[in-house]
Amino acid sequence: MFSFIIRRVLLVIPTFLAIAFLTFVAIRLVPGDPVEARTGERGISPERLAHFRHELGLDQPVWKQFLDYLWQIAHGDFGTSISTQTPILTEFTTLFPATLELAICAMLFATILGIPAGVIAATRRGTFVDYTLMGAALTGFSMPIFWWGLLLILFFSVDLGWTPVSGRIDLLYYFEPVTGFMLIDSWLSGQEGAFSSAVSHLILPTIVLGTIPLATIARMTRSAMLEILGEDYVRTARAKGLSPFRVVGIHALRNALIPVVTVIGLQVGALMAGAVLTEYIFSWPGIGSWLIESIQRRDYPVLQGGILLVSGIVIVINILVDLLYGVLNPRIRHAR
Amino acid sequence: MPLLEISDLTVDFKTGGGQFRAVDGVSLTVDRGEILAIVGESGSGKSVAMLAVMGLLPWTATVTARTLAFDGRDLLTLTPRERRRLVGKDMAMIFQEPMSSLNPCFTVGYQIGESLKVHLGLSKSERRQRAIELLDAVGIPDPERRLSAFPHQLSGGMSQRVMIAIALACRPKLIIADEPTTALDVTIQAQILELLVSLQRETDTGLVLITHDMGVVAETAERVSVHYAGQKIEEQPVAPLFEDPHHPYTAALLAALPERATGKRLPSIPGVVPGQFDRPPACLFEPRCRFATERCRTKAPPRQGAIAGFALCHYPLTHGRPIGHPHPEGREVAA
Repeated sequence: MFSFIIRRVLLVIPTFLAIAFLTFVAIRLVPGDPVEARTGERGISPERLAHFRHELGLDQPVWKQFLDYLWQIAHGDFGTSISTQTPILTEFTTLFPATLELAICAMLFATILGIPAGVIAATRRGTFVDYTLMGAALTGFSMPIFWWGLLLILFFSVDLGWTPVSGRIDLLYYFEPVTGFMLIDSWLSGQEGAFSSAVSHLILPTIVLGTIPLATIARMTRSAMLEILGEDYVRTARAKGLSPFRVVGIHALRNALIPVVTVIGLQVGALMAGAVLTEYIFSWPGIGSWLIESIQRRDYPVLQGGILLVSGIVIVINILVDLLYGVLNPRIRHAR
Repeated sequence: MPLLEISDLTVDFKTGGGQFRAVDGVSLTVDRGEILAIVGESGSGKSVAMLAVMGLLPWTATVTARTLAFDGRDLLTLTPRERRRLVGKDMAMIFQEPMSSLNPCFTVGYQIGESLKVHLGLSKSERRQRAIELLDAVGIPDPERRLSAFPHQLSGGMSQRVMIAIALACRPKLIIADEPTTALDVTIQAQILELLVSLQRETDTGLVLITHDMGVVAETAERVSVHYAGQKIEEQPVAPLFEDPHHPYTAALLAALPERATGKRLPSIPGVVPGQFDRPPACLFEPRCRFATERCRTKAPPRQGAIAGFALCHYPLTHGRPIGHPHPEGREVAA
């Protein structure tokens, strides 16, 4: 078990190098640089341009910039934002809880609804219920995030006025962040209405971000269940005279969860990509908006560091999912 | 009153190409403490008939019967909940593939204890005690340690022993064993059969042994019911069946046993069991039968009496010769 973790962690190093290289090169392929982005259309004298570029090290050859950057990262220094002059790690740790809160809620939403939906569709295979659920899942899966978000805002926020349009909480409430999670902090603040305000701000972003994972999990659960329901041991369970709930919910589902957990793990990466868009639509102050703004400002260190940190988290979650896989599947657990 | 009484059991499956009749008017009885063997080749409906008794058929199956009674209770009128109280408790089933019949995600102890909990309401420590007893009874060494084993850590023979332990858990009145040794090594086959029969004797359980192995039949069964294409075509006590089979199909099956072969080549039955789309109009065995006549092609065969082994045949055999047949020497059927 221990050697398995070590091996997985060692495999992470080349992945990190590749991610660092790709973001480093990709952002430099985009026309413009941080200096030009700041001066705007009015232009700047060539001497001052050269001076600023020299200050930022942008006059060096790209390979040297990259090696310097790696050296810096190896020392745990992610650099400072060009536009705000704040260390990237500080900005990240301030903003990330908002994204994490949204991502966790979206994943919970997707899992709690997706698994039962898949189970129900599988046990009612070929019926109206099955077709409705799977049709809805396919629609959800195909829904572009920005459009789906705008539709929901238009309907629930503008027409019905049920939910707020943007932000994490009403401006009425103010309290010092303790955990960075608005749900917890608003609860801890004890201010009346703060918690419910935080919840109502979370609902739409959660649905928007959770829709694609929800559809994926529902479809995956259905197909895994269909396969498992035909297995001999499901018949054995029925031959014991167990209730349909025990047969499906315990004997079959336990086995069907093994592939579903893998899919949930893979969804975490997609969730991060979706979070960037969702946060932008709902003006959610997380790392998504932060990264998009850093592209517009050509803030190289923010973009590079931010993406490396996010991928680091995705990788860690995937390792955790692999470990969970072993917990669920005794055959793997003993093989290690 | 027999323990299990089936009369005119018919099972139809809804398929893409219409109805398929897997079991066609089968009647059987099993008494307490008796071993009945059901033999027939693949597709003869022997497993389906027993799955119908257990209520384990998929929803695509339609089960009809004149009587389907177990221990004096009419299974056809029970609600699903009432039926689940019988299944796994008073009647239990052992399947063909022991390795895939155990749930890979749960320990052996859990899987044995489950029916004890559901049917008998035993506490955790009682379940553990009983599970150890059961594993010991089915000949698994070190049963206490085996309780926490997962199925993938067991061999095929071990798995089948565990399946037998699960079946025996609530002291059933009837055990249905569906080819319990087919998937096992030859050396293990004999052990498992012996175990099954000795446990059956000890507990006076009725045992239905579904098999296509005539050797198994000869060694274990008391009464034999031969099935072909969904129909029961003959039924006799085991000794007379081997001595004097009355249905041409039974005779051909026995002649195909390697132990009985006399010539250089092993005799075989030409052709295959009819499927959904090539069912003969009258006698189902007619295309493969060396005694078939025009009458067999046009008129469904009658059920003979006990003297002729309840054979479903126009010309039942006695000592190899068909009674009332125009050409008793028969013909060679093209292979």
